[in-house]
Amino acid sequence: MDLNAILMLLRPELTLAIGAMFALMLGAFAGERAAGWVSLICAVVLGLAAVFAATGPLGAAFGGAFTADRLSVFAKVVLFLAAMAAVSLGHGWQHRGGRPRFEYPVLIVLSTLGMSIMVSAGDLISLYMGLELSSLALYVLAAFNRDDAKASEAGLKYFVLGALSSGILLYGASLLYGFAGSMRFVDLAVAVQGGADPAVLFGLVFVIAGMIFKVSAAPFHMWTPDVYEGAPTPSVAFFASASKMAALVLIARVLLGPFADAAEQWRQVVVLVAMLSFAVGALGGLRQRNIKRLLAYSSIANMGYALLAVAAGGTIGLKAVLVFTTLYVIDSIGFFACLLALSRRGNPIETIDDLAGLWKVKPGFAIALTILSLSVLGMPPLAGFWAKVFVFGAAVTSGLWVFAAIGLVASVIAAFYYLRIVKVMWFDAPVGEADRSPRDARWLAMACAAFSFPLVLLALGLLDGRAAWAAQSLGLG
Amino acid sequence: MPYVLSIVTFLPLVGAGLVALLAALMKGDADRRVSIAKWTTLGVTLATLAVAVGLTASFDPSNPGYQFVERAEWFSGAGYHLGVDGVSVLFVLLTAFLLPLCIVASWRSITDRVVEYMIAFLILETLVIGVFTALDLFLFYIFFEGGLVPMFLIIGVWGGQNRIYAAYKFFLYTLLGSVLMLAAMLYMAATAGTTSIPELAAYAWSPAVQPLLWLAFFASFAVKMPMWPVHTWLPDAHVQAPTAGSVILAGILLKLGGYGFLRFNLPMFPDASQMFAPLVFALSAIAVVYTSLVAFRQTDIKKLIAYSSVAHMGLVTMGIFAANAQGLQGAVFQMLSHGLISGALFLCVGVVYDRAHTREIAAYGGLTDRMPWYAAVFLFFTMGNVGLPGTSGFVGEILSLTGTYQASTWTAFIATSGVILSAVYALTLYRRVMFGKMTNPAMATMTDLDWREVVVFIPLIIGTLWLGFMPGVVFDVTDASVQALVSNYTAAVGG
Repeated sequence: MDLNAILMLLRPELTLAIGAMFALMLGAFAGERAAGWVSLICAVVLGLAAVFAATGPLGAAFGGAFTADRLSVFAKVVLFLAAMAAVSLGHGWQHRGGRPRFEYPVLIVLSTLGMSIMVSAGDLISLYMGLELSSLALYVLAAFNRDDAKASEAGLKYFVLGALSSGILLYGASLLYGFAGSMRFVDLAVAVQGGADPAVLFGLVFVIAGMIFKVSAAPFHMWTPDVYEGAPTPSVAFFASASKMAALVLIARVLLGPFADAAEQWRQVVVLVAMLSFAVGALGGLRQRNIKRLLAYSSIANMGYALLAVAAGGTIGLKAVLVFTTLYVIDSIGFFACLLALSRRGNPIETIDDLAGLWKVKPGFAIALTILSLSVLGMPPLAGFWAKVFVFGAAVTSGLWVFAAIGLVASVIAAFYYLRIVKVMWFDAPVGEADRSPRDARWLAMACAAFSFPLVLLALGLLDGRAAWAAQSLGLG
Repeated sequence: MPYVLSIVTFLPLVGAGLVALLAALMKGDADRRVSIAKWTTLGVTLATLAVAVGLTASFDPSNPGYQFVERAEWFSGAGYHLGVDGVSVLFVLLTAFLLPLCIVASWRSITDRVVEYMIAFLILETLVIGVFTALDLFLFYIFFEGGLVPMFLIIGVWGGQNRIYAAYKFFLYTLLGSVLMLAAMLYMAATAGTTSIPELAAYAWSPAVQPLLWLAFFASFAVKMPMWPVHTWLPDAHVQAPTAGSVILAGILLKLGGYGFLRFNLPMFPDASQMFAPLVFALSAIAVVYTSLVAFRQTDIKKLIAYSSVAHMGLVTMGIFAANAQGLQGAVFQMLSHGLISGALFLCVGVVYDRAHTREIAAYGGLTDRMPWYAAVFLFFTMGNVGLPGTSGFVGEILSLTGTYQASTWTAFIATSGVILSAVYALTLYRRVMFGKMTNPAMATMTDLDWREVVVFIPLIIGTLWLGFMPGVVFDVTDASVQALVSNYTAAVGG
C-alpha cells in the first residue's frame, strides 16, 4: 500500500491531529483572547473529520494495525458529531465562567482522536494507544476546574482508577500476546478458532475488564457517580456520549471480531456484567438527589443494555449496539445541555428538587427534559424505546430472552427515578425564577429533545439502514 | 374516505398541536386563551366523533376480516399497519363518544393549567384510538404504553390530595406488566419474522412456547383490566384522578386489557388459553365476589365505583375465556356497556364533588329533596350498574354468564351470586347518598344539575337504553368477527 493510500485512509485522524496542533499553537501564541477562535477551529476540524470519515475509502493500513471499515466509519461520524456538541457546550460554559481557556476544546479534539483510533483498532497496540490517548485527555477534562475541590477529586479518582484499569488491560493484552504469539486481531482470530483455550480466555477476561471500566459498567462503575458529579458538565456530556460509544464499539470489535469463535466462553462474563449493571444502575439511582449522580447510575444501567446486545452477538447484536449507542448519545447530550442551560440566580441546577415547577418558569425546558427523561426510561415511541427494542430484540433472537426479561424489569425499577424528574417539574410548586438560558446550550437541548421525539420516528429508517450496513463489517453471520 | 383510520387516530393529535399553537399565539389574554383552548378541544373531539360515526356506518358487518386497512413500510423493526374489525371499530366509536363528554364535564371543574389539560386529553385520545386501530405489534405497543404518560400527568397534575402516590402507582404497576409483554413481542417478531398482527395470528405457535407468551401478555392485560389480585392500583388512581380522568380510565383504558385478550391471547395462543382458562375463571370469580364485598365496605364513593369496575371486568374476562360465541359477545357488550355506565357513574360523583368537594359517603345523605333530577339520573345509572333489564348492563351480564355457564358451571354459579352482591353495594350507596335525612348542613345549598351536566348525561342515558333495548345493533357489527374468532379457536384446540 503506497503512502498516498495510507494518507487517504487516515484522513480523519490526520485532520484531527493537525487541527489540534494548529489550535494549540494558535492558543499558545495568541493567548486566552483566542479561546473563542480555538473552539471554532476545533468544531470545524471535527466537522471536517466527520465528512472525511463518511466519504473516505475503506481498508487497512500498517499491516492491519489500523482498519477503516464500515463499523469504524459509522462510529466515527457519531463520535465526531458528539465531540462537536461537547466543544460547543464547553465554549459556552467557559465563556460564562469568566476566563475561557483555549486548552479545553483542544483536549476534546485530542481525546476524540484517541477514540477514533480505538474504533479503528486492528491490533492490541493500537487498541491500547487509542484508549490511553483518549483517557489521558479525559482525565484532564474531568479536573478542568482545578480550583474546585470536587473537580480535582473527580479527576484524581478517574485517573487513578483509569490507570489501574489500563494496567489490567495491558496485562491481559500481554497474556494474549504470549499465548497467541501475535498482537494482530486477525492472528488472534486464528488462535481462538473453534474455541479459546483457558489461557487465552484468562487474558481475554483481563482485557474485557479493562474495557468494561471505560464504559463504566458494574462492577467497574465505582468512579462514575463521583466523576459525573465533580467534573464540569460539558466534560461529563463528553464522557457520557462519545467516550462511552468509542469504548462500546471497541468492545464489540474485539469480542465479535477476533474472539467471535470463543463467544460461548466470553458470553457468560459479558452477560454477568450486563446483569450487574442493570441492578446497580436501577437500584443505585433510586436514592440519588443530585441529577448528575442520577445520570451516572442511568448510564451504568444503559451500558448494561448495550453489553447485552454485545453478548447477543452476530450482525443483529452489532446493529443493536450501534443503534442503541447512537440514540443514547443523543439523549445524554440533550440531558447535559439542559443542565447547562438551566440555572437559578447564577447557580447551576444540581439536585432534582432544583427543577421544581419548571413548567411554570421554563415550559420549553420542562417539555424537553420530560421527553429526554421518558426517552431514557424507554417510553414508546421515544428514541430510548427504539434503542431498547433493538437491544432486547437482538438478545431475544440469540436466545438470551431470560436476560432480556430481567433487563426490562430492571428498567421498570429505573423508571421510578426518571419519573421523579418529570414529577418534580410538573407536579411540584415552582421555587423561584430561572435565569435566561444561554443560546448554545438551549439550542442543543431542544435539538436533542426534538430528535428523541418526534424526529426519531422519521430517522429510524435511516439509522436502521446505516447501522445494518455498518454491522456487516466484522464478517459476522 | 381514504386513510380514514389514520384520520380518526391522529386527528386529536393534530388538534393538540392546534390548541398548543393557539395558546402560544394568545399568551397575553389568559381568559381568551383558556376559552379558545376549550372550544377548540371540544370541536376537535366532536370532529373525531363524526369521523368515527362515519367509520362505523361504512363498516361492512358481514366481513369478518380487517377493514379500512392501511399498510406502509417503516423500517426493518416495525411497520405502519392500521385496520379495524367488528370488535375494534366499536371501541373506536366508544372512545370518540366519551371524549367530548369528558371535555364538557371538565369545563368548569378544571381551573388550573386548562390548556395543558386539554392537550393531555387530546393526546390521550389519539393513543387510545390508536390501540384499537393498530395492526402492527410495535405500533400497538406504542399506543398501549404511550397512554401511560398523559394519564400519569392527568392524575399527577389535576388529581386530588394523594395524587402523586396514585400517579406513580398507576404508572409503575402498568409498566411492569407491559414490559413482559414487550419481551414476548420481541420474541414473536424474531421468531415469526413479521410484526403484523394478522400474520402473527395466523402463525402456528408451538405448544411449548405458548404458555410463556400467553403469560407475558396476560401480565400486561390483567394489570390493565384489572384482574384480582393485580387491581390495587385502580382504586387509588380513580380516587385521585379528576372526574374526566376517572371517566376515561373506567370507560376506555380498562377496556384495553379486554381488547388485548381478544386480539392476542385468545386467537394467537389458543392452546395456552385453553390450558389457563381455569386460572382465569378462578381469578374472575374471586374478582366478582371479593371486590363486590370490598366495594360494599368502602367509605369513599369513587373507591366504591372503582371496586365495582373490577367486579364487572371479572365478568368480561370469564366471558372471553369461555371462548364461545355467547361469552365473547357478552364480554364485548359488557365492555361497551360498562364504558357508558361506569363513565356516567363517575360523572355522577363529579357532580356532587364539584359542589361539596368531598367523596365521603358519610358526608352526603338526603340529596333527593335538593336535587330531584340528579337523583333520577344517578338512580338510572345505579340500576344500569346492577344490571337491570332494559339497561345495557343486563345484556352484557346475562350473555357473559350464559357463555361462562357452558364452559364452567361453577364459575358462572359463583359469579351470578356476585351479581346479587352488586345490587347490594350499589343500592346501599344510593340509599346513603340520596335518601334519608339531610344531616350535613353543607348539603342544604346543593343545587340540581345545570344545563351543561344535563347535556353530558343525555347521550349516556340514550346510549344505555338503546343498547339495553336493541342490543342487536352491537351484535350485528361484532357477529362476523366473533364467529371467526370462535371457529379459529375451536379448530386450533381441536374441539
